[in-house]
Amino acid sequence: KNEIKGAGQDVGRSCILVSIGGKNVMLDCGMHMGFNDDRRFPDFSYITQNGRLTEFLDCVIVSHFHLDHCGALPYMSEMVGYDGPIYMTHPTKAICPILLEDFRKITVDKKGETNFFTSQMIKDCMKKVTAVNLHQTVQVDDELEIKAYYAGHVLGAAMFQIKVGAESVVYTGDYNMTPDRHLGAAWIDKCRPDIVISESTYATTIRDSKRCRERDFLKKVHETVERGGKVLIPVFALGRAQELCILLETFWERMNLKAPIYFSTGLTEKANHYYKLFITWTNQKIRKTFVQRNMFEFKHIKPFDRSYTDNPGPMVVFATPGMLHAGQSLQIFKKWAGNDKNMVILPGYCVQGTVGYKILNGQRKLEMEGRNTLEVKMQVEYMSFSAHADAKGIMQLIRMAEPRNVLLVHGEAKKMEFLKQKIEQEFSVNCYMPANGETTTITTNPNIPVDISLSLLKRESVPGALPDPKKPRIMHGTLIMKDNSLRLVSSEQALKELGLVEHHLRFTCRVHIQDPHSEQDTLNKIYSHLKTVLKDSSIQHLPDGTLMVESILIKVSTASEDPSTKILLVSWTYQVQDLRRILLKCIIQSHLAEIS
Amino acid sequence: MAAHLKKRVYEEFSKVVQQQQLEDFPAKRLRLTKPSKSAALHIDLCKATNSTDALQYLVQFARKPVEAESVEGVVRILLEFYYKETDSSVRLKIASLLGVLSKTHGFSPDCIVDDVINTLNNEKSHQVLAQLLDTLLVIGVQLPESQTIRVRLVEVACRHLTDTSFGVRNKCLQLMGFLGTVEKQSSKEMECLPVQDVQKIIGDHFSDQDPRVRTAAIKAMLQLHERGMKLQQNIYSQACKLLTDDYEQVRSAAVQLVWVLSQLYPESIVPIPSSNEEIRLVDDAFGKICHMVNDGSWVVRVQAAKLLGSMQQVSVHFLEQTLDKKLMSDLRRKRTAHERAKELYSSGEFSSGRKWADDAPKEKIDTGAVNLIDSGACGAFVHGLEDEMFEVRIAAVEAVCTLAQASASFAEKCLDFLVDMFNDEIEEVRLQSIHVLRQISKQITLREDQLDTVLAVLEDSSRDIREALHELLCYTNVSTKECIQLALVELLKNLSKYPTDRNSVWKCLKFLGSRHPTLVLPLVPELLSTHPFFDTPEPDMDDPAYIAVLVLVFNAAKSCPTMSALFSDHTFRHYAYLRDSLSHLVPPLRLPGRKLTCVSDLESVASSEESSQQFLQQSLERVYIIQHLEAQGTLELLDFTIRDLKRLGELQPELAGASDFSATYLHCQLLLMKGLQEKLWNISAPLYVKQNAMASAVVQQILEETYKLEFLYSGLENRQVAIIHHVRLQAKALQLVLSARTSRGVEPLLNICEKFLQDVDAFQRCFSTELPHFQESFVEKLLELMPRLVTCNPMDLVKILQTTLRQSGFLHLKLPEQIHKATATIIEPTGESDNPLRFTSGLVVALDIDATLDHVQDPQSSVKVQVVYPDGHAHTIRPKPTDFRNPGPGRHRLITQVYLSHSAWTEPCQIDVQLHLAYNSSKCQINSPKSAWNDSTEVLQATENCIEGSIPLSKPVKVYIMPKPARR
Repeated sequence: KNEIKGAGQDVGRSCILVSIGGKNVMLDCGMHMGFNDDRRFPDFSYITQNGRLTEFLDCVIVSHFHLDHCGALPYMSEMVGYDGPIYMTHPTKAICPILLEDFRKITVDKKGETNFFTSQMIKDCMKKVTAVNLHQTVQVDDELEIKAYYAGHVLGAAMFQIKVGAESVVYTGDYNMTPDRHLGAAWIDKCRPDIVISESTYATTIRDSKRCRERDFLKKVHETVERGGKVLIPVFALGRAQELCILLETFWERMNLKAPIYFSTGLTEKANHYYKLFITWTNQKIRKTFVQRNMFEFKHIKPFDRSYTDNPGPMVVFATPGMLHAGQSLQIFKKWAGNDKNMVILPGYCVQGTVGYKILNGQRKLEMEGRNTLEVKMQVEYMSFSAHADAKGIMQLIRMAEPRNVLLVHGEAKKMEFLKQKIEQEFSVNCYMPANGETTTITTNPNIPVDISLSLLKRESVPGALPDPKKPRIMHGTLIMKDNSLRLVSSEQALKELGLVEHHLRFTCRVHIQDPHSEQDTLNKIYSHLKTVLKDSSIQHLPDGTLMVESILIKVSTASEDPSTKILLVSWTYQVQDLRRILLKCIIQSHLAEIS
Repeated sequence: MAAHLKKRVYEEFSKVVQQQQLEDFPAKRLRLTKPSKSAALHIDLCKATNSTDALQYLVQFARKPVEAESVEGVVRILLEFYYKETDSSVRLKIASLLGVLSKTHGFSPDCIVDDVINTLNNEKSHQVLAQLLDTLLVIGVQLPESQTIRVRLVEVACRHLTDTSFGVRNKCLQLMGFLGTVEKQSSKEMECLPVQDVQKIIGDHFSDQDPRVRTAAIKAMLQLHERGMKLQQNIYSQACKLLTDDYEQVRSAAVQLVWVLSQLYPESIVPIPSSNEEIRLVDDAFGKICHMVNDGSWVVRVQAAKLLGSMQQVSVHFLEQTLDKKLMSDLRRKRTAHERAKELYSSGEFSSGRKWADDAPKEKIDTGAVNLIDSGACGAFVHGLEDEMFEVRIAAVEAVCTLAQASASFAEKCLDFLVDMFNDEIEEVRLQSIHVLRQISKQITLREDQLDTVLAVLEDSSRDIREALHELLCYTNVSTKECIQLALVELLKNLSKYPTDRNSVWKCLKFLGSRHPTLVLPLVPELLSTHPFFDTPEPDMDDPAYIAVLVLVFNAAKSCPTMSALFSDHTFRHYAYLRDSLSHLVPPLRLPGRKLTCVSDLESVASSEESSQQFLQQSLERVYIIQHLEAQGTLELLDFTIRDLKRLGELQPELAGASDFSATYLHCQLLLMKGLQEKLWNISAPLYVKQNAMASAVVQQILEETYKLEFLYSGLENRQVAIIHHVRLQAKALQLVLSARTSRGVEPLLNICEKFLQDVDAFQRCFSTELPHFQESFVEKLLELMPRLVTCNPMDLVKILQTTLRQSGFLHLKLPEQIHKATATIIEPTGESDNPLRFTSGLVVALDIDATLDHVQDPQSSVKVQVVYPDGHAHTIRPKPTDFRNPGPGRHRLITQVYLSHSAWTEPCQIDVQLHLAYNSSKCQINSPKSAWNDSTEVLQATENCIEGSIPLSKPVKVYIMPKPARR
């Protein structure tokens, strides 16, 4: 059962509630950046109609540190009230509070909002967090266990497998199937969960190779710097910024370039520190070379100071925020915009209304506050560096995990529709795409483990020439359900254990045959016939005038009205049904043949 | 049985073996063999009270080798203990020992097969069973001829296949893989034995429940294939199913199996599931392996990527799909950056990339037609080249290379992707992709935008990358004159940024010019900055950039005679200068108004080579007429011939190896003659001190020259080596004679004589096949007299030697086909610097050395750097193996650092740095069969004889250094 609290068919405010095997797990606790009122947080009253969150939720899992996945965490744990465990990876735990604090500062200190969580609340919230390692199975309680897989995307991003008994769910969070300059690709083993909850931001896109993009980027920067121009790269503090830094840093190193690169300080410095620490979460190259030199200890990238803006000569500056709507990046942009030697490269998406959006759309005259106009002569470039899996990547992940059902979240409905169709067509599994607040219920047929006694197993598994593992096999035994446990034992043992007396069931039937001979002759004839046909079974002629085939009794008597009609009395137990069938067939056939 | 054994044991214990030494040894020695192994073992095992002790004894026993003759006894004892032993670990050890023992050289294990098979029947422990099967496998491999045993062993394996333990089943399958019959039995004795269909049995285990057994089954199948058994096609579908196995080792093995089958049955037709179509098996397999490039395990991905490269028969259609990845954005078809670049190029627009959304998606895609997970080969290489692990990327690059070499259209297509790899984050991958592009560049022409990307890498700070790129540009074809200009500009930029690349850049431009004369032609006025009306200033002749431009122009002018009309006066002067100073870069040109110094036609070059070859032959033949060493004219003739040959070597680089080799050989002969001159020997004893000194110097020189002959030249055949050794033997004989004359008494001579005789003997052994060619030679006579020599006293020996030496004739040297002289040139340091390298005494300074080596075999182990300090003290440094690069066949590049240190000097002074070739004369000796067991005298002898030394390989370079006294 899944309940989607946010980000069903939308990007932002990820919050998914999963009920699995009687356990309730909240996956991510994000906020929406687009709203400034109550709508920015998930609606927790939906869960807590009565009672506290702690009683309802067994655990909360946060996949990575982006605010649309963890932004509402302090709100939930401190203001709504939740004291249960929160799980996230080590890097997420380290970087998440920095971002939350920054976010809080902007909303409270700059915009002057009240009724918002405080610094103390963030700290308290973080105290409830349990950090997990990759591929570490964490036992939340007796039945619920979770396991983290590498997801790429940003440092510390993880996919989580949630398992209760035989039922399991994989939640991907945001992930990336193509490695980049600082992170590897997402990976999951063939865990065959009941359902994969996958993001689908790029459900309808198949991306070009990243190498072209990188090369273009580097070439543009290089050319501008060689011309003596300045390059401004507006970025968000974490994630892509680090990738671009590594890219430029290695390029500078390779090409022996001397022009300075600056990074506007702030929370980035702290975050970079964590990037240095969590080397194991990065890609192969960084992991292999960090012994010689940690790639995040930049040689060419220095902290930026406001006074550097007016320095002559070429330089490259990374400045926040990424959409040029405020702050340092806008200030630098204003100073440099007039020179056509300079260049601004926007590495990400720009929201409508921001300066970034305007200049990308070719606007060359910008109206600034106070009726000033700013003529933009510098070159404007757009580069898309995104760390989400594209349609192929999503399919690849599904192929790796081999789930029975797929559920798409974190994307646009229209695009998801396409992917859904593809998934159903190519993997022939059910695919769901619930809207916000919608609940999807998926029935599973869980495996029920049964203990089997060794002697029975050995007896039943015939040492045939080749055991075919895939083929189901029929066994005879007794299932005992006692004290919350299931056991399969042989029937004798079950009788003994339960103190029951064994009952025997015997069937009898009469067969009329036309035979003029005496009873004894008929019996002898049947005996000799059976001897020839059923070579494998033991056939005995008992002294009291009966035939014994294994445990089947055959007696011949003459019908009272017609002496030429003999009546065969056959009696058998239910275990030898098959043998009886064969036997009777033999007798009837032989006699019919004789008559004709 | 036991009594018999014991008797045997004691027999062996007390056996004294009298070993006959080789006949040629003067003394016969007695040798006692050690007490037999089996006896010791028996006693040990009897002593063992519990299983741990027994295990200990066995472990100790296993450390020592066992002679072939006592193996069987040991095996019997072991088996006896095996039956008695209850502890399974001891049995396990015994089983493994049996396997080790049956590998003993010279022991035929067929006698113990039955015993081992018998032990199998009663064994309960799975581990011991597995070990016993392993032993059987070893035995079976030791007996490749015996069909009966093989069939029996396979039968035994079949019986144990139903075992519950995976280990036993594994071993059974392995055994079947190694021993399963390859061909149908033809011999009559086989017919009575039931022959199992090994393939079917192994194939049945593809669906075993244990992944390890599945892997073993696939491996066994591959083993069968390796042994030449033709696998049946019907296992293909099974193998394909295994590709989706849960376990990576199974998948990895399955990929190989699918590949093997695709190579066996490329043309057979298989149906495509879920449709009625059918395709060729190789295409189907290709698609499936391509699919594995997206596997979850990188081991499998590497495997898949590697195998893709070797699938040559795949249809072009499938091949090209591997580079195709349908892009889309919001369900609209999008063009790749490559396509866009191509379009921009073809429309003549300069690549701007500045437009916002110029990558905007175009037409809408039919949602039904998009296949997200293609079963086909779609985009396999695109994914492989973008993989997370560099191992996969390298494998993919290599695969692309091999496929591109086979298919020109694929080469054209993969170009963009390879060029993209130049920006990989890992240097190895970048380097590899540059090398790959070089290999396929003969088939392709680079577009301007591609060239642009390629050239961007020229600024790379890694020297390897730059040099690889220069190498690439040497072979590149470009399409337009702009490309040439672009390349030149970038190369000049490179030159100014990294001046050390000078030689490499020049060489690169040489090839670029000679490849594209017509494209260079229109650029000439601009390049030389000439003006139709005005005289431009004469450029600086020492400017490397200007030289670079001239190299380009002159090489283009070679095949473009009209170009010289565009040259200005100073250009001609500069030509003359460069032709002299950089003759390897500047070709001979036919310039108007100048005397033709050299005929530049290809034809005449060929004919001149031919004639010089003839000349070489003739001069050698002339020399061989000499029969006697007496005549005065002989020496002169030799002198002249040597001079001629040396000059020839300088003129004809192709023949340099041959002519130098023969010159050196003749020089040896000349020296020998001088040493043996009549008058030298007629002078009475007290007067010959001076001559003696001269003669011994001659001997030394000959010895040195022979080592040069032997080790400096590659491509020598056994016959030449024998001749060289012969000369050396003569020199040694001369040495012996000389020392006999100078020294008093017989005692010191004894040793030398013995050594000499050993040398002669070694010569005979090593070159016994060549002896027929040595008629009338020194060694032949010597060998005739050998029985006498061995017994006679030293003075007699000397006398005999003296006469044989003087009578012996002149051996004809037949030149081998290909002969190359190893040479080295130190490029860096140049030795021109006047600034001393200053460092504090007692500390070290690193001196960068850059050298090229030609025709050096195995430079990693043989090339050394020698530093000679002014006080004559020499210091040899061995470079790291990784410092050697191999840019082409027969060529090596040494880029290394040498650490120097010295106590303080008052003046800066020059040290000599030189490359040396270390040699070891034991290497050339025909390897005597060395078995691991014997501690025979042969090895000792070899080490005694071996002479280590070094030959200077390059000219010494002077480096000015100045160790300063440390400041206190």
